[in-house]
Amino acid sequence: MIGRYALRFGALGYLAFLLLLPVGLVFYRTFEHGVAPAWDAVTSPQALHALWLTLLIAAVAVPLNTLFGVTLAISLVRHRFPGCGLVNAVVDLPVALSPVVVGLSLYLLYGTGGWLGGLAGHGIKILFALPGMILATIFVSLPFVVREVVPVLREIGTDQEQAAETLGATPFTTFRRITLPAIRWAVCYGVVLTTARAIGEFGAVSIVSGRIEGKTETLPLYVQSQFEGFNTTGAFAASVVLALIALATVVAMRMFRPGGEAS
Amino acid sequence: MGITVVEVTKRFGDFVALDDVSVAIPEGSLTALLGPSGSGKSTLLRVIAGLDEPDSGQVSLGDDDVTHLPARARGVGMVFQHYAAFKHMTVWDNVAFGLKVRKRPKDEIRRRVSELLELVQLDGLSKRYPAQLSGGQRQRMALARALAVDPEVLLLDEPFGALDARVRKELRAWLRRLHDEVHVTTIIVTHDQEEAMEVAGQIVVINRGRVEQVGTPRELYESPANEFVMSFVGPVNKIGETFVRPRDISIGLEPDGESTEAMVERVVHLGFEVRAELVRDDGQHLVAQLTEEEAQALELERGLIVYVKPSRQTVFST
Amino acid sequence: MGISAVALSRREAVLSRAGGGIARGIAIGYLSVIVLVPMAALVWASRSQGMGTFWNEVTKPEAWSALKLTLGISFLVAAFNALTGTAIAWVLVRDSFPGKGFVNAVIDLPFALPTIVAGLVLLELYGPNSPFGVNLAFQRAGIVLALLFVTLPFVVRAVQPVLLELDREMEEAAESLGAGRFAVFRRIVFPNLLPAVLSGVALAFARAVGEFGSVVLISGNIPFKTEVSSVYIAGQVESDNPAGAAAVSVVLLLISLAVLLLIGAFRHWRTRHDR
Repeated sequence: MIGRYALRFGALGYLAFLLLLPVGLVFYRTFEHGVAPAWDAVTSPQALHALWLTLLIAAVAVPLNTLFGVTLAISLVRHRFPGCGLVNAVVDLPVALSPVVVGLSLYLLYGTGGWLGGLAGHGIKILFALPGMILATIFVSLPFVVREVVPVLREIGTDQEQAAETLGATPFTTFRRITLPAIRWAVCYGVVLTTARAIGEFGAVSIVSGRIEGKTETLPLYVQSQFEGFNTTGAFAASVVLALIALATVVAMRMFRPGGEAS
Repeated sequence: MGITVVEVTKRFGDFVALDDVSVAIPEGSLTALLGPSGSGKSTLLRVIAGLDEPDSGQVSLGDDDVTHLPARARGVGMVFQHYAAFKHMTVWDNVAFGLKVRKRPKDEIRRRVSELLELVQLDGLSKRYPAQLSGGQRQRMALARALAVDPEVLLLDEPFGALDARVRKELRAWLRRLHDEVHVTTIIVTHDQEEAMEVAGQIVVINRGRVEQVGTPRELYESPANEFVMSFVGPVNKIGETFVRPRDISIGLEPDGESTEAMVERVVHLGFEVRAELVRDDGQHLVAQLTEEEAQALELERGLIVYVKPSRQTVFST
Repeated sequence: MGISAVALSRREAVLSRAGGGIARGIAIGYLSVIVLVPMAALVWASRSQGMGTFWNEVTKPEAWSALKLTLGISFLVAAFNALTGTAIAWVLVRDSFPGKGFVNAVIDLPFALPTIVAGLVLLELYGPNSPFGVNLAFQRAGIVLALLFVTLPFVVRAVQPVLLELDREMEEAAESLGAGRFAVFRRIVFPNLLPAVLSGVALAFARAVGEFGSVVLISGNIPFKTEVSSVYIAGQVESDNPAGAAAVSVVLLLISLAVLLLIGAFRHWRTRHDR
């Protein structure tokens, strides 16, 4: 009996220490000197541009990864093809790989001397510009939709799809009316994860963007530059925005979490 | 040792699973707890096992009051419907588990486990994992595992429910023989009246948390205490307040004053016996059961007009 | 079915299969452009000046020290998570208390929060401005704290579903056979949880090894003391030593691949007893 309470309070205490303190501090430090300075910091042109850039990159990366994710998931589960295992491993790689390594690989590929370094000569700027940042963000947020949809597809099996076929549905109709609705919530959950990862990305984008203030600075990068410039209010204000997005993400994750939950 | 349950009540939230239940299980008997789903029979078994505690009442094993004793201290052996096999252990380790937990010496464990595996006819499969066994084999392993610790009481919770019909019949007979050999007080929970009638020496009929009747299979069939018991242990025709077994409907080709006219709607040949579905001229539907010879003698067929009367009937005073 | 209908459906089948093939091809092309080609470029660049240079860069004192530090701390953090993560998962699945839903949701926070924000906050909490009077900045303890934060969800989320699915009857059977609570955990629950715990630990390890944003502020990045490999790599890029950066990156890449292989093996191990 005592054991249960000890375990409960130990676990909850650890969580409070590790999670709640930091989140609490973000809000405290931001509004420490009042709302006005924080508001000014967050609405400065540089901050607004950073926010806009972050959202823009996410707006490109997330739909692409979603489309890719659903397509690949269906291919992996429904049509066995040679190289399945390899594809699986490659898809999982972004989760286990350091973002700095990701950034570096793009830097080497598209930089001078790299295999695609010639693109810059033709006026297609990848590094230190938006396209590179988008590529880096796509890389790090790639796996989530696939990984969420695959188990759901496996679990529901082909019964319903086969039934639809015997009833005369074309493959496309079956996909639209049977498969898609069945994976709907898994896709939502995957999109939430992808978006969170895309917005929060720091290391890879840091290397690839050159961190040019006002031009290639995302909101996370802005936090860093403000901090390094001793403008802690600015850094924290931007952090609050990101923390609020994170909290919204956590809520969305809880809503869309597929299968069993603990509670 | 015998088991005594006195005035046990158990609630889950608002739902009353057991309502003031009292039952005496004689030592060495094979008793069935029979009832429909949700009747409370599994709850009663779990209370006896010590996996659930009653809200009020008393449970005794022999002379000892065990009501508040947890399962591990009661010396009961339990077998679950879905086997509850330790899937990460071999058959051998599964059966040896109770002995290992009690820290018995290695030779004793080896001897006992081999003995039991032979008893349940699983010797030779001792190195397999449960996933590699059939359902019937897993259940035999579960029985061996429960018997390994020499329980005073053996509790079986719908042990054959997850198996197919043929395996079920085999294991029923096998259980009966096992009990004759081992003589442990055994309780089996089932919703299948045929199983209860075939296997048990004594049956406790439970419905909605209450004991409806306790008796031998014959007693329950011949002298049911109420409508529920009568219709649960076998098919029955309800004519107003009177109950007639299909076997007790006598069919004749000529009226005899007491019989009623009826038409044969359907004749089903079940191999050794025949089931006839009839409708009386007052609209009452009946099901009668006769032997193949009796049916042939009457030249029973669909559309035939016959005259029926009950040779035996039961009425329950309320 | 008329002949024309059969011909129509057959043509549809061919078209749809072709369409499916094209879609798959595009997806794999996408995967290649985004992941495979950059990885290939990385490996190529690391060897562009010969294996000798590769090896030199990796074993350079500063690089080597960073690698040792990274691996050592990551292993520690992952092992610690094995304990705390399992305990938290247990409390979330088996225990009940008001606000459990909230706690369950909050576990995902380290995933959702940008690493730089986590880093900033941890620095404020435990650095020179700490309200608690501690100062873990420029110390390895600071790195440990940051890594504990970001790796929190992995073991918890790996163990939770397995714990939920665990057949309670197995535990009840063990109990009826005379096993005490601790024996039930040790002999029944733990062996069934172990593969999941190890998968979570492996993921936590991989994440810790690669972590950048949360560590870069609080650690101070002092070479030989608090500089982790990811920071070292970023430094090498800025110092215009791409070959050096690439070499160490390839080491990290190999570690990531090894971890993924391990996780695959654990998954195989976990399901071998299921039927």
